Amino acid sequence: MDIVITITLVMMAVSLCLAFIRLVMGPSLPDRVVALELLSTLIVGIIGVIAIATDVASFLDVTIVMALMAFLATIGFARFLERGGPRDD
Amino acid sequence: MIDVLKSILMLTGASFMLLAVVGLLRLPDLLTRLHATTKAATLGVAMVMVAVALHFAQVAVVARAFGVILFLLMTAPVAAHVIGRAGYFVGSRLWNGTIKDELRPHYDPITHELRSGLEGDELVEGGMVIDPAQTQTTDSSDDEETSSQQSG
Repeated sequence: MDIVITITLVMMAVSLCLAFIRLVMGPSLPDRVVALELLSTLIVGIIGVIAIATDVASFLDVTIVMALMAFLATIGFARFLERGGPRDD
Repeated sequence: MIDVLKSILMLTGASFMLLAVVGLLRLPDLLTRLHATTKAATLGVAMVMVAVALHFAQVAVVARAFGVILFLLMTAPVAAHVIGRAGYFVGSRLWNGTIKDELRPHYDPITHELRSGLEGDELVEGGMVIDPAQTQTTDSSDDEETSSQQSG
């Protein structure tokens, strides 16, 4: 079981690094917003795995708050982009 | 038995998350990247949450885990739709291999209005008499006629 948790956490950490690459080099601002949303989704999964590894069920509350914050941030970014009009970056 | 099931669920969930990130890195376009990340990452988190529910096996924890899954399943399509819409408004470039952009002939980038191109045809199909004085707008009637001729 420990080996499985370690493998899962390593795969998720690699995923975080790759998503961070897209966040840094994304050609336009909507690409960066997509990368940010994927980052928060990955963090929800990581917190779930850590809840299994440490036997602390209270981490699930953290995942709920994290998912809610990610959704609100995405909606806010999208509103901000729509207000701005066409942009070329 | 439950340990094996948990391990399988966690490993496949992590694999789906890794696939989502590979799609985010490799795909050429904003919309294709959205297509990759939304579905695969949501499925991965749902599998991990099912593993959490199997691990604790208490009513409160299972309810919260399925609450997370339900919340993700409800919010991920909304967020993807909103980002895709904002990306189209902003004018993010589509992939070179895109063969059809059905929104472009019907979309006005200044006023963000959409026309279906069938505004005149509905009256004809309904068997009603078309009165030119009752057609809605006068300034965009030329565009409507040309687009309906093309689609017809």
